[in-house]
Amino acid sequence: MTHADAFPLIRPLGLDGLLVSFADTMSEPANRAALAFRAALLSDLPEGVLETSTSLTSAYLRFDPLVLPHAALQSWLGQLLATQDWYAAPLPAGRRLWRVPTVYGTDLAPQLEEAAALAGLSPQDAVERLSASRVRVLTIGFAPGQPYLGSLGPEFNIPRQQELTPMVPAGALILAISQFVLFSGPAPTGWRHVGQTAFRCFRPERKHSFALAAGDEMIFEAVSPEAFAAIDDRDAGSNGGARVEAIRA
Amino acid sequence: MSLIVHSIGPACTVQDQGRPGYLDQGLSRSGAADLLALHEGAALLGQRPSCAALEMAGFGGSFEAVGAVNIALTGAPMQASIDGAQVAWNASHMLTNGQVLTIGAARQGTYGYLHIAGGIDAPLMLGARATHLTANIGRAVTPGDMLPASGGKAAGGYKIASTDRFTGGSLRVIASAQTGLFSAATLERLEHTMFHRGARANRMGMQLDMDGPGFAAEGQLNILSEVITPGDIQMTGSGNPFILLPECQTTGGYPRIATVIPCDLPRAAQAPGGAPLRLQFVTLEEALALQAAFEAELARLPTRPEPLVRDPHDISDLLSYQLVSGVVSATDQGE
Repeated sequence: MTHADAFPLIRPLGLDGLLVSFADTMSEPANRAALAFRAALLSDLPEGVLETSTSLTSAYLRFDPLVLPHAALQSWLGQLLATQDWYAAPLPAGRRLWRVPTVYGTDLAPQLEEAAALAGLSPQDAVERLSASRVRVLTIGFAPGQPYLGSLGPEFNIPRQQELTPMVPAGALILAISQFVLFSGPAPTGWRHVGQTAFRCFRPERKHSFALAAGDEMIFEAVSPEAFAAIDDRDAGSNGGARVEAIRA
Repeated sequence: MSLIVHSIGPACTVQDQGRPGYLDQGLSRSGAADLLALHEGAALLGQRPSCAALEMAGFGGSFEAVGAVNIALTGAPMQASIDGAQVAWNASHMLTNGQVLTIGAARQGTYGYLHIAGGIDAPLMLGARATHLTANIGRAVTPGDMLPASGGKAAGGYKIASTDRFTGGSLRVIASAQTGLFSAATLERLEHTMFHRGARANRMGMQLDMDGPGFAAEGQLNILSEVITPGDIQMTGSGNPFILLPECQTTGGYPRIATVIPCDLPRAAQAPGGAPLRLQFVTLEEALALQAAFEAELARLPTRPEPLVRDPHDISDLLSYQLVSGVVSATDQGE
């Protein structure tokens, strides 16, 4: 049996969950399918579904199985899956594009040069490519509000470092296997710290606590350390000097 | 009406039933590790089980009443006294202004709960009062903190029979999305292994230790990070099972062999260090029937409290007691 034949695949996850998986390895079409399928779910949720989310390549539903039996939900999901080719589906409406001022390298993000060398690039070339990359929030997880962003070019498929970096600050832009992770809080990491932003993914004290949604897109524009130091977030609507616009379908 | 915290154990947090609805933002639900204890306390005080209580991991503290405060004690039985006189666990009690409630170490189990009539009025964040330490929502309670009540009117003096879930035992599990990554022989060995709760345990999860080799998924060392639900049993690099609890991450890349069913999570979370634990597969249908029975019992809990009858020999000043006073209902739906 090949995996290609097995997907999409509906499986139970715990007593009160079903997982609709579109692949077991990361790919743009599988992530697109998960985002589009969840958006379709949200537009027409059966009674008994309590919440939904997405991982890199799956959509998840938590439900009350004493109200909505597994078989009924599974059959409803099967019908929805059959309505279209989800791997080629348009991305959901209502997504946003964020442009986030970012300092690459310097003592604010000390592993830019190391990452550039592993990618076979000069530091200047690496900054040019990274700051021009328009990446999608593939999923949010590991820490509240924290996005996994991709995909970057194949040259950035660089290995994990041997040692753990004991702590990077909130707003750190981390380069993982052809993906960025924008850290929502201070944390240790096994990946390389290539950029620093003043962007906050999760502010529990704010009315709108979470900045991003899966499917949003981001560009991490290079700015000088001086411009970065001048970012002023005293305005409640401001977030790390980022500019945001709606993505037109 | 409130309690002033004079001293407190290192891992005591305000918890309610948690904060659902933010899995898509990477925020797990959190909430009481032993939801049954939360419901028992609410039944004792005649209030809704959505009220927040103080969850005490292993050790309590000392709390001074400001005004008259009715409290209830549930979950892992702990040494408890009011102004030095021992009081019953799984019971409600009235504190008068200035009286000091002292709660010591757990005699069995892990998580004890201190409920205040009306519920602890901690700040609502994203729709719940539950502390989520790893998400930086709320913090552990420290000496000098005030635990304000939301103004309940219940009377003390009731007890409730508690289900024994404080010494480990058998946990029912069901197959989950990744169970198929493990061989039939590995799954059979899992069911026949005697585990003990390991030293690594907190509100995120608890490690199980065993003699003999670890458990590993076949082939796939690099599985894609996938959605996690509390109760999932993940296999870490060492091959030790790790049962995930209310503050777990929302996604993770370790393979998960099975999921503990929700109605057995109180027993899992309450198992003290070293307690024996077994994992027993049940079918989805069996699990749903067990869960339905558990939820039906939760719904009946408000009818379970009985008056706490004190032995007259323990009462030094019997004559000063007003033995017949107003009739109170333990099931009054106070706020």
